[in-house]
Amino acid sequence: MTINIPELCLVTLVGVSGSGKSTFAANHFKPTEVLSSDWCRGVVSDDENDQSATGDAFEVLHYIARKRLLAGRLTVVDATNVQPEARKPLVQLARDCHVLPVAIVLNITEDLCHERNKSRADRTFGRHVVRRQRQQLRRSLKALKREGFRQVYVLDGPEEADAATIERQRLWNNLRHETGPFDIVGDIHGCRDELIDLLGELGWEISGPADAPAITHPEGRRAIFLGDLVDRGPDSPGVLRIVMSMAAAGTALCIPGNHENKLLRALNGRNVQRSHGLAETLEQMEREPEEFRDQVRKFIDGLVSHYVLDHGELVVAHAGLQESYQGRASGAVRNFALYGETTGETDEYGLPVRYNWAADYRGKAMVVYGHTPVPEAEWLNRTICIDTGCVFGGRLTALRYPERDLVGVPARQQYYAPAKPLRPAGPDWEDRPGDLLDIEDVSGKRIVHTGLHGNLTVRAENGAAALEVMSRFAADPRWLIYLPPTMSPSATMEEGRWLEHPQSAFAYFRSAGVRRVICEEKHMGSRAVIVLCRDGESARKRFGETGGRTGLVHTRTGRPFFDNPAIEDAVLARIRAAMTGAGLWDHFETGWVCLDAEIMPWSAKAEELLRRQYAAVGAAGRASMAAVVPALEAAVARGQDGVTDLLPRFRERQAMVDQYVDAYRRYCWPVDGLDGLKIAPFHLLATEGTLHTGRDHQWHMQTLAALAEQDPELLMVTGHRIVDLEDAASETAANDWWETITGAGGEGMVVKPLDWVVRRPGGAGAFRCA
Amino acid sequence: MLLTITTTHRPATDLGFLLAKNPARTHSRKLSFGAVHVFYPEAGEERCTAALLLDLDALGLVRGRGREQRTLAHYVNDRAYVASSFMSVAIARSFSTALAGRSKERQKLAETAIPLSAEIAVLPCRGGEDLLRRLFEPLGYAVAAEQLPLDDAFPEWGPSVYFRVRLEATCRVSEILNHLYVLLPVLDRDKHYWIGRDEIDKLLAKGEGWLKDHPEREQIVQRYMGRKPSLAREALMRLVAEDDPAPDETDAARAAEEEALEEKISLNDERHRTVLEALKQAGASSVVDLGCAEGRLLKRLYEERSFERVAGMDASIRSLEIAARRLYLDRMTERQRARIDLFQGALTYRDRRIAGFDAACLIEVIEHLDPARLPALEQALFGFARPRILIVTTPNREYNALFKGMPQDRLRHRDHRFEWTREEFRQWAGGAAERNGYAVRYATIGEVDESLGPPTQMAVFTQ
Repeated sequence: MTINIPELCLVTLVGVSGSGKSTFAANHFKPTEVLSSDWCRGVVSDDENDQSATGDAFEVLHYIARKRLLAGRLTVVDATNVQPEARKPLVQLARDCHVLPVAIVLNITEDLCHERNKSRADRTFGRHVVRRQRQQLRRSLKALKREGFRQVYVLDGPEEADAATIERQRLWNNLRHETGPFDIVGDIHGCRDELIDLLGELGWEISGPADAPAITHPEGRRAIFLGDLVDRGPDSPGVLRIVMSMAAAGTALCIPGNHENKLLRALNGRNVQRSHGLAETLEQMEREPEEFRDQVRKFIDGLVSHYVLDHGELVVAHAGLQESYQGRASGAVRNFALYGETTGETDEYGLPVRYNWAADYRGKAMVVYGHTPVPEAEWLNRTICIDTGCVFGGRLTALRYPERDLVGVPARQQYYAPAKPLRPAGPDWEDRPGDLLDIEDVSGKRIVHTGLHGNLTVRAENGAAALEVMSRFAADPRWLIYLPPTMSPSATMEEGRWLEHPQSAFAYFRSAGVRRVICEEKHMGSRAVIVLCRDGESARKRFGETGGRTGLVHTRTGRPFFDNPAIEDAVLARIRAAMTGAGLWDHFETGWVCLDAEIMPWSAKAEELLRRQYAAVGAAGRASMAAVVPALEAAVARGQDGVTDLLPRFRERQAMVDQYVDAYRRYCWPVDGLDGLKIAPFHLLATEGTLHTGRDHQWHMQTLAALAEQDPELLMVTGHRIVDLEDAASETAANDWWETITGAGGEGMVVKPLDWVVRRPGGAGAFRCA
Repeated sequence: MLLTITTTHRPATDLGFLLAKNPARTHSRKLSFGAVHVFYPEAGEERCTAALLLDLDALGLVRGRGREQRTLAHYVNDRAYVASSFMSVAIARSFSTALAGRSKERQKLAETAIPLSAEIAVLPCRGGEDLLRRLFEPLGYAVAAEQLPLDDAFPEWGPSVYFRVRLEATCRVSEILNHLYVLLPVLDRDKHYWIGRDEIDKLLAKGEGWLKDHPEREQIVQRYMGRKPSLAREALMRLVAEDDPAPDETDAARAAEEEALEEKISLNDERHRTVLEALKQAGASSVVDLGCAEGRLLKRLYEERSFERVAGMDASIRSLEIAARRLYLDRMTERQRARIDLFQGALTYRDRRIAGFDAACLIEVIEHLDPARLPALEQALFGFARPRILIVTTPNREYNALFKGMPQDRLRHRDHRFEWTREEFRQWAGGAAERNGYAVRYATIGEVDESLGPPTQMAVFTQ
């Protein structure tokens, strides 16, 4: 006998003691898949036959089984399971984990079981125990289906048990091997014309008669229809024809929507309410031949409620699907996929209030869904709803996978009036539920998956400290798209008069296999990140801003750079104008930009530090030396022994203190409003849709120079040199340049590889110097 | 760093005998943190000046050996140029016999009060000139002090904490040295070494004969002991116990302090009582205190039997630790512990843990949030957590006019991002209530001024 079981299910073995369950399990399943009650008894009591430990043993067994099933692993329960009360929690467990419960019964005679038990020293119970179990088993045989086991296999006698083979079937929803590319189409609702328009826009070629169209894509793409093909619109049968023919030809996949579900029940002669556009569909179907209605019935009946595609990277379901339901099969999963989650309440339009599952979604797979018409398809936590209300006069939208491009066509007309407006008139945030941070996403130990550095672990206590600092002092997190790393100094020179010298930086990069570096003049100011929008609308759209902010200038730690919002606004306005003047908004087709910059003077931001530390040390040093030197001079004049070598030392020290004061003074000048303020942008980090880290630093310098030219009073161009580390002359020139800069009182220069990201030789991660 | 001691006692060169340092020579010695040199810029019959030059090895200190590193976090520091505890150590090492009041050659003179002056080139006075005078003048010194500017190129930066100080008195050499030994670090308030119990003995020895009668005795001891209040208390007790059974001055000072404190406590207390009353009136079954700080209100909530469950949330880990101690969380039985919870969180985050509570309160918390973050707070609290009852209290800015000496544009606390007038509070509260389906009523906390209202305002939201 061949036993077909789903690849993920809970297998319950049923059989009396001595019926050979453990042997059967060992022959057909991996040892780790089998959970035996005897083993669990041993785990909790040191004695596999200690009946007093049975309660605890089953608790352990159920606990492990739950963990395995939640992790998506087939699990076999090896226990007698002859009593309905023993099986009931297993059925419930399968339901909780949305897997199918399967029963395999080993129907062996009482005599044989007794014989087997006698041969085992640890089975000391009498024949009456086996007899009682046999009776219970016999009663159970008929009840198993009713108890909820979806598949029941009975193996009569040891021969059948030995001869049985088990085959694991792929779940209907498991299309992990299908990798696309796909064109995923949102709710069509009988809008056949728009579907044709959209397929055309997507590059599909349509030929053949209208009742049997041939639709193919020259690049071999496949379509996925997200359900709700029918109802409300003018030509539901036409839409069904297209989708059914594509599905039959293998060029499309289709999942059902709630409207298909209801149509099927109507076609099956059930009494359903003909509301929400079903009446129109049924009328249209009346005009179709009986044969077509039959095909539709079969087609809908065969639809699978959701698919997991592309090695688990993509999930499609009409109304979306939370992570724990993906790739599972149960009534609850199907219900969620068709109807989504509701809170149980109804709104003022009499419609069920939807619970926004996507706001909670943290799964790895991208979920593409429809069902709820939205004014615009927007990503939220790796999910996107692409039902843009075509039948209500909106658009018909498709998502290209894996490209993630949205392609849409406008509705030719409004075919049906929506029961409520697409954009709810609630508080602003109901539009953007993803903007509110969730504490569960930041607390406890976190592992961050990064592109360049693999997995980074954030320890719980570090996360807690960050939460405290960021929640108390940082700017609105929606605007904090980038926190820069600090610059690392080059290695201290081992000899010579310099503590730091370009040579050591060059040597370092050369040893890392970097050939070309860029040297940029170092400005002695304060690091700032500038996030700037072209206008208020871009700020609303991109950053969800509702308070009128059109940009943010923040420090390295995410705190607002300027205490005075009027100054910040003025700075933003000037840079905005420069962006416009340089034509950069249009060039990058963007409504926002993120710049990395240095803002001078140092005293503008660091005045407190200057006063508390730098100037204070200067004041103390100068006053101290002003007293020490004359005292020593007087002692020398007296001819006192032992002071003659002290005096020059302290005179030198006095000169150094003066130089120290001169050095910090150079970075201090008064600022009045914007007067005196200087900004040197040195990275153009990002604009809409693009991270500019693929460009080398010279591109950044040149692009930002064009920006700075627009407002030379506020914006500074950063001097730079490119150095070939295999060309000594090039290196010498850079050293000379550095000496010129520092000789003139400058702070020095920053040395980075010309390319933004450099892979370490041997593939040991990457480093980024920015 | 330079300290000079001058006398006009004749013959002035006897100063050399008193300090046990021959004016003809320079006396150098190495200390763990640098070198100290004693020399004489002048040594005449009428006037003699001894200079103590401390040549601190600043870089060596930064490189740090052991725990000395803790006091010098930066390369850029003033330690090499100012009078500090390093100077006290230098005094003790260079002038040990003089400090003890002994002189091999001039014992009689050592026991005689002579005209002396001391000049400290750079003395950090954390506490200002006022403290400087209060420390030295009761000891009989004429004090001349000149505050140094931070940087004369930037007069807008104002003055520094440093003073050039000259002290003059007729006293014994040992007295002036002991006074300096104790009071320099008291003014600087940044000891370079770890303060342990033996520090009490040092203080009592150096303070013998003058410290216990000094009017600033308490302050001197506390500052000398650094941030070790327990040691300061012990030192004071020993100081007082030695011969003074009735330290009434101290008691009076303490009482005054408490009175000033009392005013603060009573408003806080009234706030807590009012909130508690409002919660009970609304029949709250469980309460979460959002921004519970160190758990004062939470303790009262916990003690109220009608609440089945209470919890405190705060962004500050340190506050939560203190709250846990205040509540003796680790000594609670399982049953007690099940009634209370403490956790870290932030008000601008959606948080399932606070969603199950019947009531929530934000007591003097909302004003610590940037105004731009209020919509996120509203969304997280009114939109997501949705307690049946929500109580918010916040300062009434109008009332600030009644606080003596408070400048007009100032807020009550450095971390307050705003303070609302009654009208502004109602505007926010009314809007939040309307947007989220709550009813709101307002109440006052504290003595109500006829035109300016109460010091604290309260809103009670109910679903």
